[in-house]
Amino acid sequence: MDAAVQVTDLVKRYPGRPVNAVDGISFTVQRGEVFGLLGPNGAGKTTTIGVLTTRVLPTSGTASVAGVDVATDPVTARSRLSVVPQRSNLDRALTARQNLVFHAAYHGVGRAERNRRADALLEQLGLGNRGGDKVDDYSGGMAQRLLIARALMHAPQVVFLDEPSTGLDPQARLFVWDRVRELREGGITVVITTHDMDEAAALSDRVGIMDHGRLLALDTPAALTRSLPGSATLDIDVERAPEDTDDAVLAALAPLAERVEQVADASGLRARLYLSGDAAALVGPVSEALGARRARLTGVRIGEPSLEDVFLELTGRELR
Amino acid sequence: MSTDTAVPGLAAGVGRPAPGRPDVGRAFRALLWRDVFVTGRELVPFLLQVVLQPVFLLFVFGKVLVELGFATAQYSDVLLPGVIALTAFLTALQNTAFPLVIDFSFTKEIEDRLLAPLPTALVAVEKVVFSLLRALVAAAVMFPISWWVLGSLPVQWGDLPVLTAFLVLGSLVGAVMGMTLGTFVKPNRINVVFAVVLTPLLFTGSTQFPWQSLDTLRWFQVVCALNPLTYVSEALRAEMAPDVPHLPLGLCALALTGFLVVFGVTSLVGFRRRALD
Repeated sequence: MDAAVQVTDLVKRYPGRPVNAVDGISFTVQRGEVFGLLGPNGAGKTTTIGVLTTRVLPTSGTASVAGVDVATDPVTARSRLSVVPQRSNLDRALTARQNLVFHAAYHGVGRAERNRRADALLEQLGLGNRGGDKVDDYSGGMAQRLLIARALMHAPQVVFLDEPSTGLDPQARLFVWDRVRELREGGITVVITTHDMDEAAALSDRVGIMDHGRLLALDTPAALTRSLPGSATLDIDVERAPEDTDDAVLAALAPLAERVEQVADASGLRARLYLSGDAAALVGPVSEALGARRARLTGVRIGEPSLEDVFLELTGRELR
Repeated sequence: MSTDTAVPGLAAGVGRPAPGRPDVGRAFRALLWRDVFVTGRELVPFLLQVVLQPVFLLFVFGKVLVELGFATAQYSDVLLPGVIALTAFLTALQNTAFPLVIDFSFTKEIEDRLLAPLPTALVAVEKVVFSLLRALVAAAVMFPISWWVLGSLPVQWGDLPVLTAFLVLGSLVGAVMGMTLGTFVKPNRINVVFAVVLTPLLFTGSTQFPWQSLDTLRWFQVVCALNPLTYVSEALRAEMAPDVPHLPLGLCALALTGFLVVFGVTSLVGFRRRALD
């Protein structure tokens, strides 16, 4: 199986700008994968997606979607991809259903087939009885669902979603997430750009983090958070032997973690171990070390780093 | 069909992707059909919008002033071809300029078309063709209205081929000029630019006077010669009112073709600039 999206040494410099908006990035998205592209504003995400969706011409490097080079054959590429924009760009002169039907007509889907698909998609996206409404009357959430329906009308192989749940209420957001998962189950590749770390972690099989036009990291959300040095924590409550001291217990635990500190406000002995990697795997060794000193482990709490920690670690904290 | 509905999930309702290269001609026709479909539903507002101004122009200058004795009956012969030319030209121009500004800058509705499987230039060409259709409808409607307002219509069936040819050519020039304006002018300046461009176009297009009789006002004659509308007015006048002094048809065709090439290129450049980064 070839890749759904293949980007090689992609560079984009807008005319008159001193730096490259996209500065030599390469990545591959497999078929049926949900790929999240993260980055602060101005990181180059939108430009990258613009190139992949044939709206931005690359300065150098290559990009292909569903096996079609987007720069040399944008027309065929457009027939295999679709875009769900962040802001509605629905055709306001048409009804919801006509938006779907005309989109499919642009893509050469036959009349009977496009009517069937429109009805099926309106139904599946919970718009079955609102197909005749003008899209002006649609709420933000409904418009978003209609945009998703429209994107599927020509049976694309790769769907690009830009900030899919920005501005949606929690119900609508979960609904959109479920639909994204359904797409993956149906074998459709999904590329998401987002600032929302929860969204990226919840949906993506793999995540690429971009900044200053470069790809800083690319892996599964779990692997990315594991890779973050010293950000996983293990909080333990200890009942030490009467003759032992707090300091001696902490010293005995020190070799197991990158850093150990006592949590001041606890009534008994409470310590926080900072480590890289999987905190849960450390519970056993900690328990053994304490057992050797005839101390007892009475409480454990695992603090996993989030994707947001990874993101901030890589891209810094300053405002853009 | 039954298997599609039996399988849950979004992708199932959609069916298989189309293999191979997309059909560009079909995409073009679908874009055009969407525009015609929308206009068809709003035919009366559309006609009111494009026909009202020329009708009043015709009524006041061709009828009222003649009745009051301030103009001779011959003046309506001068005016009628000009007004029909003006209707076609400005309808085409406004139909590419305004919607494109709104589409590109505000509603972004055009994005779905730009992602349709056809070359970007053809999306622009479709807009021009659609503007041409609207302009021809507007011009066609002007004929019966003129007959009703003026009480006569100096047109034979034999005039139709030449009139159609020049209305088509003139509307195309109007459409590509409109697209050039709509894609080059900054959206926040569009109101100013239109006021500055439209009014002079309206009054230097030789619609209300024959161009050749401007010899006594040489500088104005030169200005009018730069307005493509002059050649549409003059060509229609040559056919509908041959007794009135007019420019030869060949010259008009040549000038309009030149304008079409120049503004055709600028409009495509402007459209591409807005559509692609």
